[in-house]
Amino acid sequence: MIPLIQAAIVAVFLGTWQMLSPALGLQFFFATPLAVFQSLWALMKSGLLFYHAGITSLEAVAGFLLGGTLGMGIGILLGRHQLLAKVLAPFLTAIYSLPKAALAPLFILWFGIGIDMKIFLAGSIVFFLVFLNTFHGVREVSHEQIAILRLMKANERHLLTKVIIPSAIVWVFAGLRLSVPYALIGAILGEIIAANRGLGFLISSAAGRFDTAGTFAALIAIMFLALVLNRAITFAEGRLMPWRAAEEGREVPI
Amino acid sequence: MPGPTAPPSRKSSEALPLIEFRNVGKTFARGALEAVRDVNLSVAPGEFLTLVGPSGCGKSTLLNMTAGLFLPTTGEVRYAGAVVADINVRVGYMTQVDHLLPWRTLAGNIAVPLEIAGRPKREIAAEVERLMTLVGLTGFGASYPSQLSGGMRKRAALARLFAYDPETLLMDEPFAALDAQMRLVLQVELKRLCRLLGKTVLFVTHDVDEAVALGDRCIVFTSRPGRVRQAITVDLPGDRDLRVLRYDPAYLAQCGALWRLLTPPVEPAVAPQGRRE
Ligand SMILES: Nc1ncnc2c1ncn2[C@@H]1O[C@H](COP(=O)(O)OP(=O)(O)OP(=O)(O)O)[C@@H](O)[C@H]1O
Ligand SMILES: [Mg+2]
Repeated sequence: MIPLIQAAIVAVFLGTWQMLSPALGLQFFFATPLAVFQSLWALMKSGLLFYHAGITSLEAVAGFLLGGTLGMGIGILLGRHQLLAKVLAPFLTAIYSLPKAALAPLFILWFGIGIDMKIFLAGSIVFFLVFLNTFHGVREVSHEQIAILRLMKANERHLLTKVIIPSAIVWVFAGLRLSVPYALIGAILGEIIAANRGLGFLISSAAGRFDTAGTFAALIAIMFLALVLNRAITFAEGRLMPWRAAEEGREVPI
Repeated sequence: MPGPTAPPSRKSSEALPLIEFRNVGKTFARGALEAVRDVNLSVAPGEFLTLVGPSGCGKSTLLNMTAGLFLPTTGEVRYAGAVVADINVRVGYMTQVDHLLPWRTLAGNIAVPLEIAGRPKREIAAEVERLMTLVGLTGFGASYPSQLSGGMRKRAALARLFAYDPETLLMDEPFAALDAQMRLVLQVELKRLCRLLGKTVLFVTHDVDEAVALGDRCIVFTSRPGRVRQAITVDLPGDRDLRVLRYDPAYLAQCGALWRLLTPPVEPAVAPQGRRE
C-alpha cells in the first residue's frame, strides 16, 4: 500500500514537471525529466557516470572511515578521561565551530587538489559528528554495569570491550548515520572547488555548460550514492548490534 | 537467643572475622536520609548470614558498602582485616536488580567473569552450559535479557555469580522472583556449594522461612535508620537437608520465634477509635 502511494507521488511529480517546464518556458532552468533521464542514460552508457561516482564514493567512504575511526577513538578516550576532556574542551569547541568548508583552501594548500584533499575535508566534518556522539555515549554508560564488572576483577580493557563500546555503539552509529550526507558534502565540495573528476566536478562542469539536464543527472547520482551509503550503515548496524533487532522484534510489555 | 538452650559456640566466634562492620552509619542525599546507623557486626569465614528487616532499612546499603561501591558516612567496614575503601574484588555481588548486559546473550552474560579470568573458549562454553543447566535455563543461551522473564534473568545473574569463584557472596534477594520448586532447588545447591567451598555469604531476604532455613545466623534489622535489632543463631545443623526441613520441629520453632519478632505490635490496628490528638 505504502509503496503504491509513494510511486503515485513520484509519477504525479514527474508528470507535472514534464508538462509545466516547457509550458512555462522554463526548460532552460529546469529541463524536463525526460531530458534528465536521457542525459543520465548517456552518462551511464559512456561509463563516465560510474567513473565519477566511483571517485566520489572513494573520497566519501575514505573520509567517512578516517573521520569515523578517529572520532570514535578520541571520543572513547576523552569519555573515559574526565580531566583530559576538561582540558581539551575549549580547543575542541573552537575547532568545531569553524565551518569546515572554510578549511578547503588550506587543505588544497597542504594536500594539493588530488583525492586526499577531499578525503581530509570529508574526514574533518565526519570526525566531529562521530566524536561528539561517541563522547556522549561513553559518558552515558551505566555506572552499575561498570561496578559489577569491576567486582569481577575486570581491567580497563575488559570494561572497554564488554561494557563501554557495546553501550556507546548505539551513539556511535547515530553519529555515523548523521555523517553520511556530510561525508558527501565534504567530498563534493572539494570536487566543486578544485578537481577534474568526481560527481562534484560533473555538476560544476555541466552547470558551466548551461547543461541543466546534465546537472540534474549528477544530482540524482549523488542522491543514489547517499542511499547506498545509508543502506550500508543499516546493514552494519544489524550486524554489530544484533540485540537491537531482538529488542525491536519483541512485543512491548509495561 | 531463641529457645532455652544456648547453642554451642561455633568456630566462628573464635576465628578472626572476615567481614566486620564497626559503628557503620550511612547517610544519603547530603544528610537528608539516614539509611543505617551504628551497625556492629562480625562475620566469620565460612559463615552463612541472612539479613532480614523492613523494606528500606538499609540491607542493600550494607552490601554495597561491603562491595566497596561507596564508603560509610561513619565507622568502617573491614574485610579480612583491611578497611574497604575501593571496589572489593574478593566478593561476588548478586544485586537486587540483575544488571545483565543487554547487548549480550544469556550465555554471553554468564561467560563474562570467565572471559575476564582469561579461561580458554572451549572451557568457557562447557562451563556456561553446566551453569545454565544448574539454574534451569538450558536452551535459552542465545536469548537476549530483554526476551526473558524476570525470574529467568535472576537465575542468569545467579549463574553469572557462580561462574566466578569469589571468596564471599553478597546476595540481595536472589530467589525473590522464583517459583517454590525452583527456589528449593537453588537453595539446596547454594547451601551445598557454600559448604563444599567454604564460602562466606551475606544473604538478604524478606522470606522469614528462608532466612532460618539457609542461615547459620540471622540478623534482624530495625526499620530505617537500620540498626541491628537482634542476631539470632540458627540452631540447626550446618548440613541440614532443606528438602525435609519443613517437617523439622526445631526449624518450625525457630521460624515461629522469628515471625513473632518481626510481627508488628497489634494494639494500634485493633483500636481504631483510640485516636489521640
Ligand atoms: N544510592 C542512594 N542514594 C540515595 N539514597 C539511597 C541510595 N541507596 C539507598 N538509598 C536510601 O537508603 C535507604 C535504604 O535503602 P536500601 O536499598 O539499603 O534498603 P533495603 O533494606 O535494601 O530495602 P529493600 O528491602 O526494599 O530492598 C532507602 O531509604 C533508600 O531510599
Ligand atoms: Mg534492597
